[in-house]
Amino acid sequence: MNESGKKRYLFTRNVDAFLTDIHHGFKFTIQFFREVVRKPFYFRETVNQCFEIGIRSLGLITITGFIVGFVFVKQSRPSLESFGATSWLPSLMGIASVRALGPLVTALIAAGKVGSGIGAELGSMKVTEQIDAMEVSAINPFKYLVVTRVVASTVGIFMLALYCDAVTLLGSYMNINSVEGISMQSFLHNAFSSISFLDLFTNIIKAVTYGFTIGIVGCYKGFNATQGTRGVGMAANQAVVLSIFLIFLEEFIIVQIVNWIRYL
Amino acid sequence: MRSSDTDMLVDKSETVILINDLYKSFEDLEVLDGIDLKLHKRENLTVLGRSGSGKSVLLKIIVGLLRPDKGEVFVLGKNVERLSTYELNSLRLRIGFSFQSSALYDSMNVYQNLAFPLTMNIKGLARKEVQDSVEEVLGAVALSDKIYQMPAELSGGQRKRIGIARALITKPEIMLYDEPTSGLDPITSVEIIDLINEVQRRYNTSSIIITHDLTCAKNAGNRIAMLAEGRFLRVGNFDEVFASEDERIRGFYNYNFIQ
Repeated sequence: MNESGKKRYLFTRNVDAFLTDIHHGFKFTIQFFREVVRKPFYFRETVNQCFEIGIRSLGLITITGFIVGFVFVKQSRPSLESFGATSWLPSLMGIASVRALGPLVTALIAAGKVGSGIGAELGSMKVTEQIDAMEVSAINPFKYLVVTRVVASTVGIFMLALYCDAVTLLGSYMNINSVEGISMQSFLHNAFSSISFLDLFTNIIKAVTYGFTIGIVGCYKGFNATQGTRGVGMAANQAVVLSIFLIFLEEFIIVQIVNWIRYL
Repeated sequence: MRSSDTDMLVDKSETVILINDLYKSFEDLEVLDGIDLKLHKRENLTVLGRSGSGKSVLLKIIVGLLRPDKGEVFVLGKNVERLSTYELNSLRLRIGFSFQSSALYDSMNVYQNLAFPLTMNIKGLARKEVQDSVEEVLGAVALSDKIYQMPAELSGGQRKRIGIARALITKPEIMLYDEPTSGLDPITSVEIIDLINEVQRRYNTSSIIITHDLTCAKNAGNRIAMLAEGRFLRVGNFDEVFASEDERIRGFYNYNFIQ
């Protein structure tokens, strides 16, 4: 505050709020890593949340993954046909789904379904004092609500990404089979022979990173919701927007690092 | 039951909550401005004040949800500010908190809501023991038939009762009620006031009741503390407090009377 009683800002009000938010988000993430290794461990709640996350997104990921695989082949065929390389379609799809499509499609669907769900649920618990009620009952709400959800979303989205890889390949196989008449065995052989360990590793790293991001952002936004029911909506909305932004940022960084390793 | 019926329960030789020179502000808004307070054993103390006068903030400081800017809060002989997380949690198990909004967990039914503080804090409790404790407190709030209902299926008054039952499940020595009668019709309010007095008698609890409802203050409190502008204007029994000529106290009384 200055002498006239007006609040002083380092930059502007919005920039200060943005930087403060980043600082708090960073502290929130550090607190997660501190709490995740400390007792008690709520295994049952974590498994429940894992189940919730899986069930919540499974249908959409099945449909979306299948369509992405099917359409990707359809869009790629003309280009490959022009230089007689349609036989490379299975290899292309193997690489594309494992390196990028599986984790990214899963993460984008999950950011909408899981991220908003966590943001809204915790936001609603916050504004109706349920989180305070937990705290005064000597239960650590961060441990019970945040740690369990972040672990569940990390594990759950990793598993969903693997599932999405398989469904994307299935979608692409359906299209390739209907046009080129290639057998499943031959398709899988070609698709998997092009995938390296680094591709699989990238897939795992991406899926785990995106899952963690969706969980921690959803929890952070929900846990810090204010302004009643309006705040709940804002928490859910911001959880989705910020998760998607961070997912693309992470995609960019991971691809740079992996390409650097690939050409070492 | 009126609060005067429970006056003989109060043990003035023992203090369970002691607050010294407490200050709290949010940015440039001063909420508590040097509060001093004593709560005796088995006493119901009503803190009366307008909305936004800092009543709920006071409760949240007592239970360690908010930190004061200055001053000391001793609960059951322990300085809340100086406790480790473990010690604070042990202390919280001796305090029951009934929230204004009831704060029942939406995703759990009544049984799960009541069992949750028990099962999360006391390891190795047999299912039968949990069931017995839940049934006992549900009986105390006269809602035994609602045991498997979801919070959304309950009325406002029933939710308040279940909130009180959840606070009682750990057999606390102190009860903190945040606006127990707000949003309730007059008949349900009287039922909640009776329940507060019944809890004091049956569980030997000492309580702080935050309210702006004079009926609640008069009938549930052995003493009343009138909070305004961050300070207690007057502390005493109902007649002593409202014998004051202070305009703020008279105004509050007249407004409630008209209402």
